[in-house]
Amino acid sequence: MAAERKTKLSKNLLRMKFMQRGLDSETKRQLEEEEKKIISEEHWYLDLPELKEKECFIIEEQSFLLCEDLLYGRMSFRGFNPEVEKLMLQMNSKNKTEEVEGETVELDVSDEEMARRYETLVGTIGKKFAKKRDRVNYEEDENGHVKPTVKAKKMFLKPQD
Amino acid sequence: MAGVMAVAAESLAGGRARAARTVLDQVVLPGEELLLPEQEDAEGPGGTGERPLRLNAGVRARVRVVCGPGLRRCGDRLLVTKCGRLRYKEPGGSGGGGGVYWVDSQQKRYVPVKGDHVIGIVTAKSGDIFKVDVGGSEPASLSYLAFEGATKRNRPNVQVGDLIYGQFVVANKDMEPEMVCIDSCGRANGMGVIGQDGLLFKVTLGLIRKLLTPDCEILQEVGKLYPLEIVFGMNGRIWVKAKTIQQTLILANILEACEHMTADQRKQIFSRLAES
Repeated sequence: MAAERKTKLSKNLLRMKFMQRGLDSETKRQLEEEEKKIISEEHWYLDLPELKEKECFIIEEQSFLLCEDLLYGRMSFRGFNPEVEKLMLQMNSKNKTEEVEGETVELDVSDEEMARRYETLVGTIGKKFAKKRDRVNYEEDENGHVKPTVKAKKMFLKPQD
Repeated sequence: MAGVMAVAAESLAGGRARAARTVLDQVVLPGEELLLPEQEDAEGPGGTGERPLRLNAGVRARVRVVCGPGLRRCGDRLLVTKCGRLRYKEPGGSGGGGGVYWVDSQQKRYVPVKGDHVIGIVTAKSGDIFKVDVGGSEPASLSYLAFEGATKRNRPNVQVGDLIYGQFVVANKDMEPEMVCIDSCGRANGMGVIGQDGLLFKVTLGLIRKLLTPDCEILQEVGKLYPLEIVFGMNGRIWVKAKTIQQTLILANILEACEHMTADQRKQIFSRLAES
């Protein structure tokens, strides 16, 4: 008699992990989809497509800094306070950096000289760390710059008959 | 008189919004609505009849417009909230924005705004913060760590009654304003306690902005008189200091009076001063 009546298992029980091991992938997928549908339906969202159209590109700002370029508030004239005068130059030039695009930073050493120095530097430092055998490869140029010369590597030569 | 008022009332009560471009540098009153440039073509009834029809009339190019002090957003339009002259600034080199509109109005009462540099008077010292009066509805709070080189052990030397030059980091209608005396990198940049002596007086906010414009003649002329130091606070307070008390007072009187003087009167006064 007990065999005739199938025990009805609850939905929650069927959702438990140990009950799902026996299921095949199809039913598993279906169950997952149902779960996702239930969860997403419970999410609230605004159903107002018109709101996006009315989205405005006007930004409200209450500050005058954006509107007018004002100078820095601390000022000193005729050397009354030298620190403030220095500050005045610094802060007011920060506002005017856009106008002074032509001025580039003055370099102490020009780029070409830097490249030349590096070229020779590679030679001298390289020589210091090279082994005795490799030191032969470094030779002096006419100007006294030490440059490494690339020599063909000594490899095994197959004897020709 | 009655006739003028009637005409004015009629034009305002008509309710038709004007284009912002046509009203630049003119006086606007609170309650007026202004149209932005891109909306004029769609709304103007007869003025733009000669323009060719646009194929994509529905889609408007959205440019980011900033509405500054005195203006508010009202749907797609700008609503004027203060009376004054409407000003406009073109977008700068980056070219991204659509420009800035604002109303150049006059007032004496300061409302704290984030990023403004102001002069405050320390009114109380409670625990770790100072209460600073900036002329707004509430005293601003200033933490003792917000000074250059201040640590828990090394406290800044600030007493009640000192003058502080600082900027706001928090300033909105819902919270108590907070100010600091360092910038985002941690350097003072001239902010902090303002030195001894000198005189603090109050002027209108519009005068401060006028004096701080890049090519202000008044300041150039004042600077030629004698050695002096001035600090301008955006809350309408100016602190001046010169070598003698008399010079300081003269300077204070000039700055207060120059708001209502014409350029000629000003030149007369300066020449008289230069002689004496």
